[in-house]
Amino acid sequence: MAILVISEHSADQIKSSTLNCVTAALKLSGDVDLLVAGSFLSGIAQQASQISGVSKVIALDSPSLIHQLPEVLAPLIASLAKNYTHVLAPATNFGKNLLPRVAGLLDVQQISDVIEIVSEDTFKRPVYAGNAIAIVTSSDAIKLMTIRATSFDPAQVSGGPAPIEQGDHSPAQEFTGTKFIKEELTKSERPELPAAKIVVSGGRGVGSGENFSIIYGLADKLGAAVGASRAAVDAGYVSNDYQVGQTGKIVAPQLYIAVGISGAIQHLAGMKDSKVIVAINKDPDAPIFQVADYGLVADLFEAVPELTEKL
Amino acid sequence: MKVLIPVKRVVDYNVKIRIKSDKSGIELNNVKMSMNPFDEIAVEEAVRLKEKGIVSEIVVVSIGPDKAQDVIRTAMAVGADRGILVKTDVPTDLGGVEPLAVAKTLKAIIDKEQPGLVIMGKQSIDDDSNQTGQMLAAIMGWPQATFASEIIIDSEISAHVTREIDGGLETLQISLPAVMTVDLRLNEPRYAALPNIMKAKQKPMETLSAEDLGVDYSPRLKLVSLEEPPVRSAGIKVESVDALIDKLKNEAKVI
Repeated sequence: MAILVISEHSADQIKSSTLNCVTAALKLSGDVDLLVAGSFLSGIAQQASQISGVSKVIALDSPSLIHQLPEVLAPLIASLAKNYTHVLAPATNFGKNLLPRVAGLLDVQQISDVIEIVSEDTFKRPVYAGNAIAIVTSSDAIKLMTIRATSFDPAQVSGGPAPIEQGDHSPAQEFTGTKFIKEELTKSERPELPAAKIVVSGGRGVGSGENFSIIYGLADKLGAAVGASRAAVDAGYVSNDYQVGQTGKIVAPQLYIAVGISGAIQHLAGMKDSKVIVAINKDPDAPIFQVADYGLVADLFEAVPELTEKL
Repeated sequence: MKVLIPVKRVVDYNVKIRIKSDKSGIELNNVKMSMNPFDEIAVEEAVRLKEKGIVSEIVVVSIGPDKAQDVIRTAMAVGADRGILVKTDVPTDLGGVEPLAVAKTLKAIIDKEQPGLVIMGKQSIDDDSNQTGQMLAAIMGWPQATFASEIIIDSEISAHVTREIDGGLETLQISLPAVMTVDLRLNEPRYAALPNIMKAKQKPMETLSAEDLGVDYSPRLKLVSLEEPPVRSAGIKVESVDALIDKLKNEAKVI
């Protein structure tokens, strides 16, 4: 048995979601190979080779892979996959976009958002916004799955170096149907949301984009990432990549501070595995208090600045 | 241009679901069912494209029991022109019709209908797979634009789509036909007016079966059982910011 992990990385860095995915892969028995695909990525392949537990790095380095478009990358992975029993990718927007396309090409029913590996063919995954956990057994010859990062610890980047093999990207046909135009990334000095140890999130109760400065103030004092409920995103207080929930990002930090968030099912789906949850809300009946370890019924405009001041 | 809009009938997003006592599925008896929220957004987008004169016909397709006609009628009430029900008694939420089988069904429909575009939700809120659109694009060999938050149709053969990615937004130019899956931010779906709900009852609805389309609905993933997620119980309420800081420092030890 052999396992292939598809690396998620930016131009100069392996993303932490890849490290969680390697840990999940190591729970299966067999060699774990890591596929690194992109353009001009010798530095990335070197980083990848340092990840503990990786047997081999397969580098696909081609100008046609620069934006890792699934139309180009999926056929390459589908052809590589035939040498593997399991192919894993992170359950991030990158992995969710890519892996089902591979599954379609291979005629395999993918398993999304795996939170536990029970055995070589049996897995647990949340359904219905995390309100039930499904245990499923796959009868496909190759198991394709996306891995929920917060359910697996990150692998150490201190092993290796594993050998780096240049993969064959010749089947990478020019796919003329899709053209990358531009990317607009949200610039932030704060930690990445899914990997942060502390997350401070604001909801509709924050009231405006300007008022979010008190959320940023508290987050910066704690070295935390900033999150938001869908209501805050829809109201335009912050951009959508801050959204925590069923349709946004899944986080499980040591400490999650929910400010002015009522606690709808869809929001809880994204944060209820946090170790400690704090809720600050003026409505004592808000559902968020049913999951919060520590609740403070107070006006957030007084409590949050005071908290920031006293920390 | 003709567009195909796949829609799914799911447990309403506000319902607190219950796992059946034998752990074999979710209790669906006497539970409010609605159109998957992401699919409402797909329908709305198609209707807007029709209002702009870009789309000429909107065909809605759903897979499910007779009752799934309700979500097709809902789509018709906001502007879809006709419906196709692929009738099956196999469960569509868990342990039955899977995304791969849905994608194959949609391919068979596309082969018959020859739409210029497929717009669909990015995921259903029951199974939470987020796969069908990507699988369909793969099977068709079409471009895919997933998690769309803005769709601009340039011509019969080209579109610009802005996608939600983890760090922000990305814009692609794709050739048509293509599959687009929509995110919540794309638009605000409208409500159907009563006269339009009445008119929708007159719109054409075709019923097919998986056998008609040559698709097999036996699942590849066996649903062994369902578990309750770990229960998180309410903690305590603190009286002041000072008490909160004290708890976080000395009891929880997280700061």
